[in-house]
Amino acid sequence: MDLNHSDGAPSTAKILISGGFGVGKTTLVGTISEIRPLRTEEPMSDRSVGIDDTRGVRAKTTTTVAMDFGRISFPSGLVLYLFGTPGQERFWFMWDELSIGAIGAVVLADTRRAADCFAAIDYFERSGMPFIIAVNCFDGAPRFEPDDIRIALSLGPEVPIVLCDARQRDSVKQVLVSLVRYVMSGNRRRNQISMA
Amino acid sequence: MTGHDSYRDRWFDREAGPVVRPYAVTKGRTLPSGEASFGLIDVVIATSERQPEFLRLGPEHRRILSLCRRPTPVVDLTSDIDLPLGVVRVLLGDLASEGMVRVLSTQKQPVTDERLLRMVLDGLESL
Repeated sequence: MDLNHSDGAPSTAKILISGGFGVGKTTLVGTISEIRPLRTEEPMSDRSVGIDDTRGVRAKTTTTVAMDFGRISFPSGLVLYLFGTPGQERFWFMWDELSIGAIGAVVLADTRRAADCFAAIDYFERSGMPFIIAVNCFDGAPRFEPDDIRIALSLGPEVPIVLCDARQRDSVKQVLVSLVRYVMSGNRRRNQISMA
Repeated sequence: MTGHDSYRDRWFDREAGPVVRPYAVTKGRTLPSGEASFGLIDVVIATSERQPEFLRLGPEHRRILSLCRRPTPVVDLTSDIDLPLGVVRVLLGDLASEGMVRVLSTQKQPVTDERLLRMVLDGLESL
């Protein structure tokens, strides 16, 4: 995005927080940011028609998605937004909207239900959105080495995997820092390739 | 149940839910008119452009104008005004078409702006 400070405009950036249902997305966002409500009442797109069963309610042409977002304001004038991606499949159409202009994504994973984050990984791989895996270490959940998790999720060697506790502010901060560093290093690599 | 309780069980004002369906305030339009697009974290601001005589602004238009006297990201505007995002976009489109609102900054994909990324990294590390 353009940085425009001439009108005292804030610079804005956004990070997506993704992963399966109940993996701790809202907890993570709430740990580090001020949570605010967002109402969406979207016209039904082709992608949601057919998923929303509209038989008998022919007049229904919109679908409601109530969601939260996190907001962190920095003294520099930067505002960073954290958007949790809606978990239910009927809200997939929202992902495209949320992805536009995002720096990257954190895919939260729970080792007890690793398969729950496959859909998010597939989505970001397909769309070319940089992402990292943050394994939310629930109490009592088995601990695995990142390399084992990489194999279980069939991830390439470049995707960072970090262990975290979504309830701990420092831990969440490290997750976000890891993502931004990864995005910056990816940009540098691309620049080098294009210059070579 | 006492009379007092049954009174309390009734819903009033905001608790009673919306009185009109969301897109009624846009007269049924679900897509903004004009060229401008309004991404979630795009920043919008009201200009000093006067309202054209032929244009009739609704109360929601006026609320948007008053909220974006200062540069305001679309997502914050939507949250503050408590209308659905799609509705806010249509209303912003009306105002932008008449030059009364403009978009200060827009999102690009992918985000390769090294300065922005550095700001985010520095900000996060200072938390």
